[in-house]
Amino acid sequence: METVLFILFGAIAVCGAIMVVTRKSPMASALYLILTLFAVAALFVLRQAHFLAAIQVIVYAGAVVVLFVFVIMLINVPEDRLPVERATTTRVLGVIAAGFFVLESAVLARRYWMPKGPAAEVGTVEAVGRALFTDYLLAFEITSVLLLAAVIGAIALAKRKT
Amino acid sequence: MTPIPFDKAALVQGLYSILPELVVIGTAIAVLLADLLLPERGKKSLCHLGIAGTAVAILAALSLGPGRIDGFSGMIVHDGVGLFITLTILATTLLTLLMATGYSEWEGTQKGEFYALLLFSAAGMLFMAKGTDLMTVFLGLETMSIPIYCLVGFHRDRMTSLEGALKYFLLGAFASGFLLYGIALIYSATGTTKIPAIAGMIGDLRLFGNPVFVAGVGLLLVGFAFKVSLVPFHMWTPDAYQGAPTVVTAFMAAGVKAAAFAALLRVTMLIFPALGPGMTNILWVLAFLTMTVGNLAALLQDNVKRMLAYSSIAHAGYILVGLVSVDVAGGQAALFYLLVYAFMNLGAFGVIMLLAHREDDGYDIGNFKGVGFRYPALGGLLTLFLVSLAGIPPTAGFIGKFYLFSAAVKNGYVGLAVLGVLNSAVSVYYYLRPVVYMYMLPAPGEVPVPRPPRTAFSLALCISAAAVLVLGLAPRSVLAFAERSILSLLM
Repeated sequence: METVLFILFGAIAVCGAIMVVTRKSPMASALYLILTLFAVAALFVLRQAHFLAAIQVIVYAGAVVVLFVFVIMLINVPEDRLPVERATTTRVLGVIAAGFFVLESAVLARRYWMPKGPAAEVGTVEAVGRALFTDYLLAFEITSVLLLAAVIGAIALAKRKT
Repeated sequence: MTPIPFDKAALVQGLYSILPELVVIGTAIAVLLADLLLPERGKKSLCHLGIAGTAVAILAALSLGPGRIDGFSGMIVHDGVGLFITLTILATTLLTLLMATGYSEWEGTQKGEFYALLLFSAAGMLFMAKGTDLMTVFLGLETMSIPIYCLVGFHRDRMTSLEGALKYFLLGAFASGFLLYGIALIYSATGTTKIPAIAGMIGDLRLFGNPVFVAGVGLLLVGFAFKVSLVPFHMWTPDAYQGAPTVVTAFMAAGVKAAAFAALLRVTMLIFPALGPGMTNILWVLAFLTMTVGNLAALLQDNVKRMLAYSSIAHAGYILVGLVSVDVAGGQAALFYLLVYAFMNLGAFGVIMLLAHREDDGYDIGNFKGVGFRYPALGGLLTLFLVSLAGIPPTAGFIGKFYLFSAAVKNGYVGLAVLGVLNSAVSVYYYLRPVVYMYMLPAPGEVPVPRPPRTAFSLALCISAAAVLVLGLAPRSVLAFAERSILSLLM
């Protein structure tokens, strides 16, 4: 059962990701991105990482992609004004590099297929909360400093000139 | 659900281990608050507040001493290497802020955000240099980088500044991705992100044959290589360094290097020896490429700021030579060189900042014609710093390079040492070119008037010059300190 679901959601995630980079309209890409992110969240649930799954949906599928959609709608480039994609050398090289990456992943996946047995209880909300305020307290606090610095930096760059 | 036990002693010990960071972050927040309260003409004191805070942080670091203090269940450690790099980074920050007093007045960066971002970035550097867990290293790296992206683009009405910021931001984001992916792979192979624990496991799990682990270490290396701008991951460096406000360039070149190399040192010293010669060979090639490409590209530059950017790449290569050896002598030389580089680099940037009399094209080498005899103090100082960067005795740069290359020879990397010395010889050409312009070429009319240095700015130049000379003539105690630090890391 788990394997069937894994293959199902994995396939949805991969297909969605391919659609994201092949669609012409940016809006369609953004919507496929949501699909991919949801599928990945489902994969997290299968591995008992409930917290991560919730965060994936709330932060990525929710906040980040909604932001993308807003930006796309604000810029609002008409269909016929979209830049035409050409097969440049860089792109061909990129595809070759991506091919290598897929090949390597396949080799690794053959060797380390599915983890055996159920996942440990480290991904539940309780376990994550506990780790965050004991072993990873410092990481948690540095992140708050990081976010403060990022907010200040963003305002410094974007605020109206006085 | 059982409540989480509260261990007060451990928390207090943890807070001690990050005392300098706490002071720096507190200062950054104090600067932001003071910015709101101070009237427009009192903004000058913001920089003074930053300087005072950094000085207190230096005292805090010194008061902790070189003894080992583990904090936050092995996430961070204050040890010898931590103290050495903390002092290097804080000295860089202090000198940068001293110079920023003048720079802000000329270029209108007299703003709370500017100083606060500098201080946040410094705090990130400290976290990164002291992190014993890859997660701390990553978070420190981000806390260091994000304020710097913003600082590079701080001159919003200059295209060069924005272009540099955008390039640095995009490539830096990719680099973070590489680093994080590497950490994830290492975690999946070992089940931990703590560097000492990973090092202890290599033998047991036969990790060297594990492609997941090796790929993880490789990606980790790529992430670090971006940050210290090793060739071929250096593409962003010239544009970002040239576009950034010059004080920020000086700060980046010295501070980011110190922090990223400290983290890399912890990884290479503990993990690489067990991985056999493969990893060391990669470092060898990177060091060779970085030295050579940096120096050859610097030869072609007519803009002194851009030339110093390429020189910074070359210096990353020299420091990497110390890491190739993966032993006490190499690590000691690398630590010492990071400190020396901070002083000579900040000094050189400081003098050209004064001589350039305006941003952008002011750094053109043609502007330096005839300056030497007209302004002897500035000419002499710039000559001293450039001579040190070139590695000519009796300056600190010579001692630093001597120890780096002799460590390489001692460990059997004679070829790399020879290539390093040849590179140094090439670099003499472009370091002495401004000196030739200053002293031997006639001025094309009247010499442009340098910016008037303020007291704080002069103090920064004097400290840098004194450090370059003292570390060049009497380096023994600092070298011994660096050696003890590395030994404590290996224990």
